Amino acid sequence: MTGKGGTGKTTVAAALALALAGEGRRTLLVEVEGRQGIAQLFETEALPYEERKIAVAHGGGEVHALAIDAERALLDYLQMFYKLGGAGRALRKIGAIDFATTIAPGLRDVLLTGKACEAVRRRDRRGRPVYDAVVMDAPPTGRITRFLGVNDEVAGLAKVGPVHHQAQAVMRVLKSPETAVHLVTLLEEMPVQETVDGVAELRAAGLPVGGVLVNMVRPPLLDEELAGLAAAGPDADPALRTELAAALSRAGLGGAQRGGRAERLVTPLLRQGREHAERLALERAQRAEIDRLELPVYELELLTDGGDLAGLYGLSAALREQGAHK
Amino acid sequence: MTADLADVPALRVDPLLDDPGTRIVVCCGAGGVGKTTTAAALGVRAAERGRRTVVLTIDPARRLAQSMGLTELDNTPREVPGIDRSAGGALHAMMLDMKRTFDEIVEAHADPGRARAILENPFYESLSAGFAGTQEYMAMEKLGQLRARDEWDLIIVDTPPSRSALDFLDAPKRLGSFLDGTFIRMLSAPAKAGGRAGMKFVHLGMAGLSMFTGALNKLLGAGLLRDVQTFVAAMDTMFGGFRTRADATYRLLQANGTAFLVIAAPERDALREAAYFVERLAADRMPLAGLVLNRVHGGGAAAHLSAERALAAAEGLTEGLEEGGRTDGGLDGERDAERGGPGREDAGGEAPVRAGPAREDVRAEPGAKRSAADPERAEATAGTPGGPDGAAGDAARDGAERLTAALLRLHAARMRVLARERRTRDRFAALHPEVPVTEVAALPGDVHDLAGLRTIGERLAESTEGPGGPAGPADAGPGGPGGQPAATA
Repeated sequence: MTGKGGTGKTTVAAALALALAGEGRRTLLVEVEGRQGIAQLFETEALPYEERKIAVAHGGGEVHALAIDAERALLDYLQMFYKLGGAGRALRKIGAIDFATTIAPGLRDVLLTGKACEAVRRRDRRGRPVYDAVVMDAPPTGRITRFLGVNDEVAGLAKVGPVHHQAQAVMRVLKSPETAVHLVTLLEEMPVQETVDGVAELRAAGLPVGGVLVNMVRPPLLDEELAGLAAAGPDADPALRTELAAALSRAGLGGAQRGGRAERLVTPLLRQGREHAERLALERAQRAEIDRLELPVYELELLTDGGDLAGLYGLSAALREQGAHK
Repeated sequence: MTADLADVPALRVDPLLDDPGTRIVVCCGAGGVGKTTTAAALGVRAAERGRRTVVLTIDPARRLAQSMGLTELDNTPREVPGIDRSAGGALHAMMLDMKRTFDEIVEAHADPGRARAILENPFYESLSAGFAGTQEYMAMEKLGQLRARDEWDLIIVDTPPSRSALDFLDAPKRLGSFLDGTFIRMLSAPAKAGGRAGMKFVHLGMAGLSMFTGALNKLLGAGLLRDVQTFVAAMDTMFGGFRTRADATYRLLQANGTAFLVIAAPERDALREAAYFVERLAADRMPLAGLVLNRVHGGGAAAHLSAERALAAAEGLTEGLEEGGRTDGGLDGERDAERGGPGREDAGGEAPVRAGPAREDVRAEPGAKRSAADPERAEATAGTPGGPDGAAGDAARDGAERLTAALLRLHAARMRVLARERRTRDRFAALHPEVPVTEVAALPGDVHDLAGLRTIGERLAESTEGPGGPAGPADAGPGGPGGQPAATA
C-alpha cells in the first residue's frame, strides 16, 4: 500500500489487512518506516520487532502486525549466516550496522522487502502458508518504485553472494501475480497527479499495480441540477434569490423581506453552494483522471472523527463490500 | 461549542516578513499539509512588500513550480517573472537538486583530481542519491550557501517530505556523524581508529573486524566495499568537514534572524506532528514564530445558524415536499427507492462510513432526490406564506425549496466540519497556548499561478479570528482586514 503523504495510507493498509482477515483468515500488517503508525492506529503501545496479534476481524480472522527494523533484520541475517555471537553488539556500537544498512544502495530496503517476502513464503508444519495475506504499509508514492525495485538494482551491484540471491528471490515474489501495489489517493489534484505518475513508474518497472483507493470521499450534497443553480453563488438570478428567501422563511428561519433574517442567509448559503459546486467539478475531473488509469477503483468515505478503531472496522467493511479483498 | 480562543495569540505574518531582522523563514510540518505552497505564497508576499526574497523549494508539485516560473531543476535561484516590484522587492526561486549540491561541495573542497575520483566512485553515486538523510542535509547545505551569498534580504525554505517532520533536524547530523564515524574511519585505517568503542572492538581482535568486512564482502560483493574504502580515502581531507558544516547550519537555524513556521492542517495527525515539532524546536532552542493552520473552514456570515437548526429547517422543507406525494417530477426517485433512504444524517457527514460500491451510488444526492411536491401542501406544513402563484411559480418554488433544503444541509455539514476542526485546534492550543496561530481558509482547488499564491498570502496575513472562524471564501467581504490583530472571540 502506497500513497502520497497525508492520504491516509497507513489507515487504508490497516483496513485492507482487516478486510483480508475475514472468514477466519490470518493476515500480517507490516510497517517499514519506523513510525509506529500501526500502534497508534490500533491504540496499543509501540510494536516490538516481532509479529504479534493486533486485532480480530469480523468472522474470527486475525490481523498480526510487525514493525520491521532494518538494523535488527541485518543482525538476524548475519547471525544466521555467520554466527557472529557477541560481536554483533559491538558492531552495532561502533556504527557498523548503521553503516551497513545505510551505505549499500538500498541494503536497508532489501532487508525490509526481504523480511516481508519471508513472511509471505513462510509455511507451518503442515505446509500451509502461515499468513493468507501480507499487507505492507510501504513508503510513499514518490519512493515506491525505487523501494520495491531496489532488489533489481542490488542484484546488479552485488553480483554474487547471498545478497544477490536474496535480491533475486524477493524480486520474483514482488513481480509475481501474488503481489499487488495499491495506491491511496484523495480527490485532489496533487495526490491524483502523483498516483498517475506512480502507476506509470510501477508499470515501467514491471511491478504489478493493484487498484486505486480513493480515501476521504465526502458525499456530494448537490446533484447536477442543483449544483448548476448554485454555481453562480450570490450572483444568482434575483428571482431565485427571492424564492430562496421565501423558502427559508417558510422553514421558520425568519423574514423573507429585504434585510429579514431569512433573506440575509441567502448570500452566505449561496456562497457555500458555489464552493461546493466548484469542488464537485474538481472532483469530477480528478475521477476522470483516475478512470483513465483503467484500474479497479475503490472509494472510502471520510471518517468524520478523524479515524478511530470503529472507523477502521467501518473502512474494512466498505472495502469488503466493494470486493477489494478478492 | 468551542473553548475560549481569546487567549491564543495571533501570528502576524506581515510584521514578520517586513522586519529587516528576519533573514530566514523555515516552513516545516508533516507531508500533505501545504508546506511548499505556503513557502511560495510567503515568498510572493514578502517580495511584493519590498523585500528581496529567495524561495528554496524541495520537490514542488509540477504546477506549483510552474507558477513560479520554475521549469527545471538547476540548483540556481531564478527570478520569478510577474512579481510586482514597485515596493523595491524581488523574488527568486529554486528547486533543490541534491546530487548537484553534493557535487558542488566535493568540487569546492578537493583538488580536481581527487574530486573526480570521488565523483566517479559508484559508492558516492548511491550515497549522493540515496542516503536517507542526504536530501535534508543538502537542503540545509543550500540554505547555508544562500545565506553566505548575502544577496537576499530574506530566504524562505521549504523542508523535505520526511518520514517525520523531525527528520529534517536530525538528518544533517546523522549524515555528518555517519561520514565522520568510527567505523568508516576504521575501514580506511583500522589502526588509527580511536574511541572506546573502537578499542573494545580491537579487543575482539582484528580477526573480528576482518570477519565483519569479510561478511560484508560476501553480503555486498567485494567490489562495493572496495569502492567504499577508495571513497573514504579520497574523502579523507573532507572528513570532519561534514560534521562541522552540519553544526554550522544547526547554529544558523538557532540564530536570531531565523523564524520557524510550523505548517499543519486542522486534522488530528497533522496537529499531533505539529505539536511534536513545537516541542522539539523548544528543546533545541530554535526560534518558533508560530503555527500556520491551512485549509480551515469558515462558517461565513451564516455561522450563527447551527447545524441542528439548519438540518431541522431542511427537514421541514423536505417533508413539505414529500407530503405532496407526487413522484413524477422526482429527480432520483428510483435510486431513492433502491437505497431505501439511508437517512439524512448521512448528508450531514455523520455516518462514519457509507460504503458505496458503485460510483453512482456514492454520487447519489440525498438532498436532491426528494420528489417534487404539491406547493400548497408544502406551504400548509411549513407555514409561512410567500412566493409567487401560478403553475410556473409552483415549479420555480419547488426548485427553490429543493435547493434551499440542499443548501441548508450543506451548511449543516460545514458547521460540523468547523466544529471538528475547532476541537482539534483547541486541543493543540491547550497543549501549547503560547504558540501564535494564523489560519488559512480552505480553497476549493489547488494553486497553480501567482494570483493563487497572492490569495494564499492575503489569507495568511489576515488571520482574522472570531466566532465565525477565519475569513474565508464564505465571508471574506470586500476590503477585508489586512494584518489586523486577531483573537477577539
